[in-house]
Amino acid sequence: MYNVDELKEKALKAKDKKASIGPDINLDEYDDAPVPHSYMAEEDLCTLPEEEQQRLIMAGLDVQEKERGGTFFQKDTSVIHCHSQQEGIEVLPIRKALEEHEWIKDYYWKLVAVDTDKYTAAAELGLHDGYVIRALPGSKSIYPVQACLYLDKEGLEQNVHNIIVAEEGAELHVITGCVTSAHIKKGIHVGVSEFFVKKNAKLSFTMIHNWAEEMAVRPRSVGMVEEGGLFLNNYICMKPVRSLQMYPTTYLEGKDAVARFYSIIVGSPGSEYDLGGRIYLRNPGNRAEIVTRTISNGGSIIARGHLVGEVPEIKAHLECRGLLLKGGTIHAIPELEGRSEGVEMSHEAAVGKIAQEEITYLMSRGLTEDEATSTIVRGFLSVDIPGLPPELKAEIDKAIEESDKDMM
Amino acid sequence: MLLIEDLKVEVGGKTILQHIDLEIHPGETHVLFGPNGSGKTSLLMTIMGYPQYRVVAGKISFKGQDITHMPIYERAKLGIGISYQRPPTIHGLKTRQMVSICARGEIDVVELARKVNFEDFLDRDLNAGFSGGEIKRSELLQLMAQNPDLMLFDEPESGVDIENLQVVGKTIALLLQKNSFPDQDKPKMQLKLERRKMGLIITHTGFILDYVAADKGQVLYDGMLSCLSNPREILNCIHENGYKECVRCIM
Repeated sequence: MYNVDELKEKALKAKDKKASIGPDINLDEYDDAPVPHSYMAEEDLCTLPEEEQQRLIMAGLDVQEKERGGTFFQKDTSVIHCHSQQEGIEVLPIRKALEEHEWIKDYYWKLVAVDTDKYTAAAELGLHDGYVIRALPGSKSIYPVQACLYLDKEGLEQNVHNIIVAEEGAELHVITGCVTSAHIKKGIHVGVSEFFVKKNAKLSFTMIHNWAEEMAVRPRSVGMVEEGGLFLNNYICMKPVRSLQMYPTTYLEGKDAVARFYSIIVGSPGSEYDLGGRIYLRNPGNRAEIVTRTISNGGSIIARGHLVGEVPEIKAHLECRGLLLKGGTIHAIPELEGRSEGVEMSHEAAVGKIAQEEITYLMSRGLTEDEATSTIVRGFLSVDIPGLPPELKAEIDKAIEESDKDMM
Repeated sequence: MLLIEDLKVEVGGKTILQHIDLEIHPGETHVLFGPNGSGKTSLLMTIMGYPQYRVVAGKISFKGQDITHMPIYERAKLGIGISYQRPPTIHGLKTRQMVSICARGEIDVVELARKVNFEDFLDRDLNAGFSGGEIKRSELLQLMAQNPDLMLFDEPESGVDIENLQVVGKTIALLLQKNSFPDQDKPKMQLKLERRKMGLIITHTGFILDYVAADKGQVLYDGMLSCLSNPREILNCIHENGYKECVRCIM
């Protein structure tokens, strides 16, 4: 059961606990004091400066709210806008949820352990806010709900906790962006996310990150999928960041549950990425897939993947491809762990450069060498994600298109 | 017109083509015979401008311009196109996008694909898991979109089953203006007068000659061209005597 004191106590004990992987961040260098911002009505969102709107759009947040099922917008530590446009879909700030709703306690810190490391501890001890998005049983979201965590204050430590629930038979799509304002250089984002995909529910969660050069990012997320449920988890990061480390984990808790992770990462010089995905297949009929595409333009990328097959009649595949374009390193670490006879698990990993043969093929159709290279890179990054609504596919393509301009 | 004069080509310091003279006039299609490893593909790649094929002597001109050292994409823009025997797979690039790239965007891709019975492949990654016949049809579709004036075909019938051979053969005939598209049925005489497209076809088997009326044939043997003559005649000669007869001609 939910016990505030117990959580606080555990968090306090873990307050200085280093993460098991990734460079350690000294949280004392950042300021976690609340930064008040006033709430904005729907129509006010459109009055945000053009430059700010552009940055939001690149992280999937459309202030016009066209083709969106709801919006959550947090600036620094304050929620400045939050509402749902669809019946059966709830969008609310987590602090409000904790104050007003008993049911949230069945989810809060239920999958992620509060004493995992100093970052989870910080998210409990210094929680600013975060979102709760819930699709009620049987409801289907027509348009994705958009959630944005915006960093505007230099040197801020932003602590958020998010909970996403797709109740039985529901279908929920979420697009979430983390963005820093144009002037900001340094800050840290600590984000705990817990995903609950109930029986026969479907959840697609697409996260687009747009960080700044000196940002540190430590997301901590765990998901669980019940019988017949589907969890699609997409992650896109194409902008520089000082250090990003995450290892989202999902447990397939019912038979025929499916999880798919897709990540697209472009690593810029001076950036360090340590990313992974871990899926536990615990019931017959479970399926899991982890697909990662990484490009390094001089950044350092570690791409991990870990599939654990605990019972027979499961199927899992891991694919990790990396392209080194302008220096840097890509370290692919695919892991398959079969714990029972009758598991079917495979992986393919490749790190290399663009084949000259492909470039000349395109050049012989009239493209210059640069055009040919960028066409191949775009193709490399465009992963077919089954089950993703076309609007979200378009958002991903847009993000790829945008980064293409910087890359070439 | 394509004009090749006393061309000598090296790859990695080794001579692979020498004393090559070739002249293809507007409206003409040439067929190139030759045993494996004789340098046929190398000649096509050199005309297309692949940088690893280094021209050390001689000259290539096209439409009156010296293109000997012109980059590959500029040759494409000038009107040279190629149908590859084994093109590379490009993951994530849809065949539809490639066709559109070839046409520089100004085309109805689906309509064009219908002509080579290839609509079903437009949303597949380019060449990914394509069969022999599918590769050829995809290559021809790209050429149709690009619509170049000089077309180089590297063994268009290899790996193609009999049914597809007909599609491939007829499409090449259309591309080279040997036949008119069904929707613009023109008298043969008019077709011949209007014909400007040039073709250079590499063939092992000569099957393609059943569909495409080629004007001239030549044999490439050991990096040298010989025996400019009627393609049927050459084919018959090779059938009867093998390529060893060509050696006698070159000597």
